[in-house]
Amino acid sequence: MKKIADKTVRWVLTASGFVTSVVILLIIGFLFTEGAGLFGEKVIEEGYVLAVNKDNPVRVLDAAQIKAVFDEDMTNWKEAGGPDLPIETFRLEDMDEYFTEEQLGPQYENAGTLITSLVASSPGMVAFVPESMIPDDARLVFIEDCNISPEEVFAGTEWYPTATPAPLFGILPLLAGTLWVSFFAILIALPFGISIAVYMSEVASERVRGFLKPVIELLNGIPSVVYGFFGLIIIVPLLQQVFGLPVGESGLAGSIVLAIMALPTIVTVADDAMRNCPGALREGSLALGATRWQTVARVVIPSSMSGIASGVVLGIGRAIGETMAVLMVTGNAAVVPHSILEPLRTIPATIAAELGEAPAGGAHYQSLFLLGVILFFITFFINLCVEYISSRNRAKNS
Amino acid sequence: MAIALFVICATAGAQRIKGSDTLLPLTQELAEEYLASHPDGDVVVTGGGTGVGISALLENTTDIAMASRRIKFGEKMKLASENLNAAEVIVAYDALAVVVNPSNPVDSLTREQLEAIFRGKITNWKDVGGEDRKIVVYSRETSSGTYEFFKESVLDNKNYMSGVLSMPATGAIIQSVRQTKGAIGYIGLAYLNRYVKPVAVSYDGGLSYAMPSVDAAADGSYPVVRPLYYYYNVEKEGEVGAFVSFALSDQGQASVLRQGFVPVNMEDSSSGEDMSL
Repeated sequence: MKKIADKTVRWVLTASGFVTSVVILLIIGFLFTEGAGLFGEKVIEEGYVLAVNKDNPVRVLDAAQIKAVFDEDMTNWKEAGGPDLPIETFRLEDMDEYFTEEQLGPQYENAGTLITSLVASSPGMVAFVPESMIPDDARLVFIEDCNISPEEVFAGTEWYPTATPAPLFGILPLLAGTLWVSFFAILIALPFGISIAVYMSEVASERVRGFLKPVIELLNGIPSVVYGFFGLIIIVPLLQQVFGLPVGESGLAGSIVLAIMALPTIVTVADDAMRNCPGALREGSLALGATRWQTVARVVIPSSMSGIASGVVLGIGRAIGETMAVLMVTGNAAVVPHSILEPLRTIPATIAAELGEAPAGGAHYQSLFLLGVILFFITFFINLCVEYISSRNRAKNS
Repeated sequence: MAIALFVICATAGAQRIKGSDTLLPLTQELAEEYLASHPDGDVVVTGGGTGVGISALLENTTDIAMASRRIKFGEKMKLASENLNAAEVIVAYDALAVVVNPSNPVDSLTREQLEAIFRGKITNWKDVGGEDRKIVVYSRETSSGTYEFFKESVLDNKNYMSGVLSMPATGAIIQSVRQTKGAIGYIGLAYLNRYVKPVAVSYDGGLSYAMPSVDAAADGSYPVVRPLYYYYNVEKEGEVGAFVSFALSDQGQASVLRQGFVPVNMEDSSSGEDMSL
């Protein structure tokens, strides 16, 4: 009877472990396939073409150029390697500026032919129109539509996922924002976290500790949106006054909020690690005549280094992946930050803010998955670092 | 994403309404009133965004799609390929107010100035008649229908500058504009309060300016106004027609006004109430 129960338990454990691992692998696989799908998407919005006059020699425009043309930042074909000719843009919304309702017909059935003749008669015009509206025999040429290239994505500095005709998916500002804000968050949280942990485990009396520890752990239970709101209403105006900034929503506001959020994790784990330091080590150090501070700095902290390191990494993990609080206080401006006092945009905030209405399967949706993949690699790398640090420590201690 | 479920009683033939979060509170209010007068009916209202609503209409998982923008050409093509013919009804209008910090002396801007500000071509208030102060531009997130509409109407379909601060909600824009001296942002008319200052807007190059208000939006003198739509399958007219005509009735349009939107037919439902702030 006991044997059977034993076997059942073992079987259930194996099965559940196996199923969980497979599910996790499937999730990662899904993330990767969706993310990689971005590079199979076309630059110009699906179902649409950019039509130009057949005498225009320009055939290739990259996404950034298309955006510049339609934003009227690029106004001459010369800048795109064409003749010296001013660029005129045409969108479907401009239809009523060129044609009357009667010309278009009640169901707009004449729209295609009218646009075709308009483009054919104006040498500098580029029209952004649905492919299906252009008649088959139209004597127009289309701008070549290539796939979104990895270079545009990984080295691009402009994030315009909903721009038409061609969205821009430059992730550099988001990546820089995430790393920048997390780096400063850890820079702030680390000294405070370690000193609180040392105080609690080495200095504080049992009563103080019994009060402090639950209070700090309580910080962990506060929803992140509450921290975000606190940041927006207290920290943002404060920074604005202290540094005389034109705008308080900044990377620093995000870092401070993240530091407060990462503190409980760092404190709890580091405190536990230091308290687990063998009593014999501590007593030996004191018996040799070391002062209390020397014991803490030279014996307790080094011997519990791997525990402290994992606390720090868990803290970094929380900071990098944190969404809501950052979304509310960093201003979400997708520019590469030059200082921590500028607004910036992080990867998790971007995913949270945009996934809701990105059409499933489209380029925007896939670009958000790609951001997820990048976030995955960042945390993966950090975990590897910790493994390395703690294994080195173990080797040294043994 | 706020998904509100509203179920009264489970009888057969429930009407499912899904889509824009802008229209969600209004439609819930309308559904409540509709059920009060039609106790045997059943209406389920959920949000999720305009795009979600229209794709639900496509998959036949909703009967009415709420939309804070007009159906896109691509979506129309998809409906056509499924042999669906969607009817379009405008239930209300929503006006957007451009707001600045109350300490800002600027009280009117032209569309061209707004375009230059939101595109980063004008970066100091002194260029539009204000103090020598950097302009801090607040916008909504790209997923928002408000973002799209402001881009279409005010920016003439051009892109916002890359340094624009995107806020996750209208409340966050109000909070930020309230505490940032050089701020400018845009919010729905219904959200206007005393902590932010609306500016008069001109679409004719400065000849005439209009302050945002329900009346000015209804008589057409205030230009930044967008229609809010219901889309439904023409073949289902019999099932959804009662609710849609209730929404357009005097009673329905009265609650449109109460929710801070502009009624479709102002002459019928306007009661001389002045919503301007």
